[in-house]
Amino acid sequence: MTEELHDVRLSVNGTTYDTRVPARRLLSDALRHDLGLTGTHVGCEHGVCGACTILVDGEPMRSCLMFAVSAVDHELTTVEGLTNEDGSLSPVQQAFSECHGLQCGFCTPGFLTTITAGLRDNPTPTHEEARDMIAGNLCRCTGYQNIVKAVERAAELVELAELVETPAPEAGR
Amino acid sequence: MKPAPFEYRRPGTIAEAVTALAGGTDSKVLAGGQSLVPLLSMRLAAPALLVDINAIPGLDTIEVEGEDGGVRVGALARHAAVLASPDVHRVQPLVPMALAHVAHATIRNRGTTVGSLVHADAAAEMPAVLALLGGSVEVEGPAGGRTIPADELFVGPLESSLAHDEIALSAYFPALAPGAGVAFDEIARRHGDYALVGAAALVDGDEVRVGYLSVADVPTVVDLSGVAEEELGDAALTHLEPGDDIHATAEYRAQLVRVLTTRVVRSAREHAQQSREGRR
Repeated sequence: MTEELHDVRLSVNGTTYDTRVPARRLLSDALRHDLGLTGTHVGCEHGVCGACTILVDGEPMRSCLMFAVSAVDHELTTVEGLTNEDGSLSPVQQAFSECHGLQCGFCTPGFLTTITAGLRDNPTPTHEEARDMIAGNLCRCTGYQNIVKAVERAAELVELAELVETPAPEAGR
Repeated sequence: MKPAPFEYRRPGTIAEAVTALAGGTDSKVLAGGQSLVPLLSMRLAAPALLVDINAIPGLDTIEVEGEDGGVRVGALARHAAVLASPDVHRVQPLVPMALAHVAHATIRNRGTTVGSLVHADAAAEMPAVLALLGGSVEVEGPAGGRTIPADELFVGPLESSLAHDEIALSAYFPALAPGAGVAFDEIARRHGDYALVGAAALVDGDEVRVGYLSVADVPTVVDLSGVAEEELGDAALTHLEPGDDIHATAEYRAQLVRVLTTRVVRSAREHAQQSREGRR
């Protein structure tokens, strides 16, 4: 039996991609294999770990729990789309770098997308809210201390950037 | 962990969706897919046809209506939207109380409340809430529409009474009566996981009812009216037979039923008290 293929047009990080996939192609696989955007990571592949989290119309969703054919009418943002327009790190990425929030880095793309949306909705989280923001993402390295610190640092960076009212500061690496 | 091949249709109207489902018996409706896609990926389900209703306009509504002013939630209303709706909070606070326990925010951004109901997982929060409140689900099929009351909706594990060619269009949650109170609580190994046991309580005057999840194959509602507070847990257990699985022993579940029953009834009484005081 030859499997029916569907022509899908996906809008990812502001770029339009035309591809042809079977209906069962998970969105996470379409991003990685069909579009070559390997920043999105795949962990558990049943919605538990959060590594594959991307933004769908700005809202964090599990790309392993959507089919590519269902994503046609949406604006998708992957971790590749989080950097500032000039290519410098976004506040959340900068905070992960400063606070060693990456650790092994496998879960990082899901954390970055989740926190980017989380801080947009709640720019000044309490410590408890910062923890709650990342509760749906698993990191298997060690504790979540550095990641929670990164959420709080990112909130500071966003606030600072707004105070000086200039484009995001140069990434100090 | 990839789904088996399936045919895919993305209709633009309810009529087209019903037509797409007609004929075959081996089909599934895809709305949020947050429970369905894992089942497909693990090949616990392998339907021949998936009918994706996400392109049908007008199904994402949340409206207050009906004789008792309850709230009707459309098939494409995401959990997150229902949870955030001021109307839902005002009309039936048990719905957001329970929704806060449904998986994680990221899953709630895609998953739908109606989808969760017709998925009929006895470990899920919303079926128990619909059963406790005596709500209903509106469905559409080739013979037209019909309303399925909650006590006829849940047939068995992951089995609802919808026919294979019927689509759930909306769910109706009755309003909280003036002076009544509700509460929800559950015990899960981690927040966001399926509960080992969960309980929702409704207290209205002398009437006390509690709905349970993860205790039986279907959401179960027990009438505890007239039972003394210290007897609540044991009284509930005379109606329930918690089972063993890899997550918890039957004995442990029974203990959770005792603890949660007392806790939610007490908390629903406090809620009723608050709502009476709020109205004075």
